[in-house]
Amino acid sequence: MTKVQRKETVGDIKAQQIELNLGAVIKKPGSSMDYHTGSWRTFRPVIIQEKCIKCSTCWRVCPDAAIFVDKKGRYNVNYDYCKGCLTCVKECPVDAINKELEEK
Amino acid sequence: MPLREIRFHGRGGQGAVTSSQVLAIAAFHDGKYTQAFPNFGVERTGAPVESYTRISENPINVRQHVYTPDYAIVLDPSLMANIDVAKGVGKDGMILVNSNKSPKELGLEKFNAKTIDITEVALKVIGKPFVNIAALGAFAAMSEEVSLGALNKAIEEKFAAKGRVSDLNKEACKILFEKAKEVKG
Amino acid sequence: MKSVVEASEAVALAVKLARVKVCPMYPITPSTHIPERIADYIFDGEMDAEMIHVESEHSAASALIGSILSGARSFTATSSNGFALMYEILPILSGMRLPAVMAVANRTLAAPINIWNDHSDAVSARDQGWIQLYAESSQECVDTMIQCYKIAEDKKVSLPAMMCLDGFTLTHVFENVDVPEQAQVDKFLPAFTREDTLDVNNPKTFGPIGFPDSFMGFKKQQQDAMTAALDVIKKANSYYKKQIGRGYGDGLVELTDMGDAEYAILGMGTLCGTAKAKAEELRAKGKKVGVIRLRSFRPFPVKELQAAVKNLKGLAVLDRHISLGSNGPLFTEISAITPELKLFGYIAGLGGKDITLKHIESVFTDLEKGKQSREWLM
Repeated sequence: MTKVQRKETVGDIKAQQIELNLGAVIKKPGSSMDYHTGSWRTFRPVIIQEKCIKCSTCWRVCPDAAIFVDKKGRYNVNYDYCKGCLTCVKECPVDAINKELEEK
Repeated sequence: MPLREIRFHGRGGQGAVTSSQVLAIAAFHDGKYTQAFPNFGVERTGAPVESYTRISENPINVRQHVYTPDYAIVLDPSLMANIDVAKGVGKDGMILVNSNKSPKELGLEKFNAKTIDITEVALKVIGKPFVNIAALGAFAAMSEEVSLGALNKAIEEKFAAKGRVSDLNKEACKILFEKAKEVKG
Repeated sequence: MKSVVEASEAVALAVKLARVKVCPMYPITPSTHIPERIADYIFDGEMDAEMIHVESEHSAASALIGSILSGARSFTATSSNGFALMYEILPILSGMRLPAVMAVANRTLAAPINIWNDHSDAVSARDQGWIQLYAESSQECVDTMIQCYKIAEDKKVSLPAMMCLDGFTLTHVFENVDVPEQAQVDKFLPAFTREDTLDVNNPKTFGPIGFPDSFMGFKKQQQDAMTAALDVIKKANSYYKKQIGRGYGDGLVELTDMGDAEYAILGMGTLCGTAKAKAEELRAKGKKVGVIRLRSFRPFPVKELQAAVKNLKGLAVLDRHISLGSNGPLFTEISAITPELKLFGYIAGLGGKDITLKHIESVFTDLEKGKQSREWLM
């Protein structure tokens, strides 16, 4: 299968070989996992565990599925993929999520 | 035999399109090449309808409408008030009209026109004024372009799912075939 | 088996013989007899397929994406404005390289509203990556439909194909047809297989974004596949002829009486039948005239057409469509590849206007006189 070399680096998309599969089929599932969008953030949401009532609102509204529940049942943000849209901050019913300026 | 062209005149719902198809299937059973198609209009019950059949010994390439038919078959004489059924029919052509009147009474004395009362036979045999297939029996005898045997086969094929319709139409065809031979003289 | 069938039924019979599994259909005149017959076959248990009663032609084309991705040989049919409603999905099917096959019962595009034949629908989608074959007879409909699957599914091609048949002028015509046996078709056309399918155990991504750095690469692949299709269409035609006994020219272009012809008419579909009949009549009077029937409009067979017109003194191109503001598209494309040839372009048969033997005769007269008397055959 022919390949093209992606020359420039756009955002986090690093120079890579793109396979020109027939009909643009991507044969490896979940390839977007390699694409970290965390660097897009201006603000980061920070969950204050003491205030959290575990209602799962943030988990439901996150458009990037970047909220996850850890083994102890606590809600956390996966900063590899969180784009900082702050929907969770706005929707949290007990104001348990703060927004903090991203430090580059 | 050169290419033969037949034009059917009827009203929407009278089965002129089916006539042209059954005639085509019959011609096929006689070993001919054939083509049948309606005058591509919008189908409405009662509206004047034209349908055509071509028959030839050779493959038929031409796809234009039929403008100069060798035969015009008029299933419903009431059409003649508005439609020129003789249009394009040449000197050697023939017009066959379902009517109990004479060609002269119908104003067709200048043409090679024949009349035969198909409705009467249809009412007697089928019990309803279904003349479209019965007319083919008369046509077969008058024109000798298709055999009665092939016509019977075509009727059986077309109405395979309706055995009684097939039998009644074959019977009407046979009667009209004999009657038409007498008319032809 | 030989019999007398309507061209629409001939198409449906071919779909059955090709063992098509999924038919998303939405009826529109004059294509409607095709889904009607297929529905009969499925209901009577003669055909093992799923007919999806979709809510529009847009949905019919969309359903083709899913059915082919799941590995099912698929079919749909449409006409005119229904075809126009599919338009958005046409380049998606070809870009995703899905070998859908569609019968287009050619009908003009409204307005004024008109149910009759010309090539406006299919020809206006010539740039959307579909193979387009035009049939002249009911017999050719059966044969070409079966060949369409062979061509579209060829690994060198993997493109959708449409078989175009003139609405009413062919779809509603009953004529002699020799329908091949199932065993013959099975031998000609093996079962459809696909490497990439919708499979929960082996997930893949279909229809992703193509960034500017890869997009042209994909388009180049499609163009290369179209070029490869020229040869595949020829081979499908000759293989079919060998297996089943009928062929149409070299598969791309069909020449009639062209051996020593000085003047010729070029067109697509049923008008060529009428042209052949007139040419035969003129030949009997000693005129050296012939007919070139373009069977494959896409891919466009440049070499074959150039060879066909090489010795002509004049050629008339009959377009059953007009690219408003320009010309007949066929005329434009033929002009581009035959710069030396005396060429007349005619617009004919729009919206069901009958193309008659008289029209054809007037065109041959123009050619002989070397002067075009009119551009519109009205």
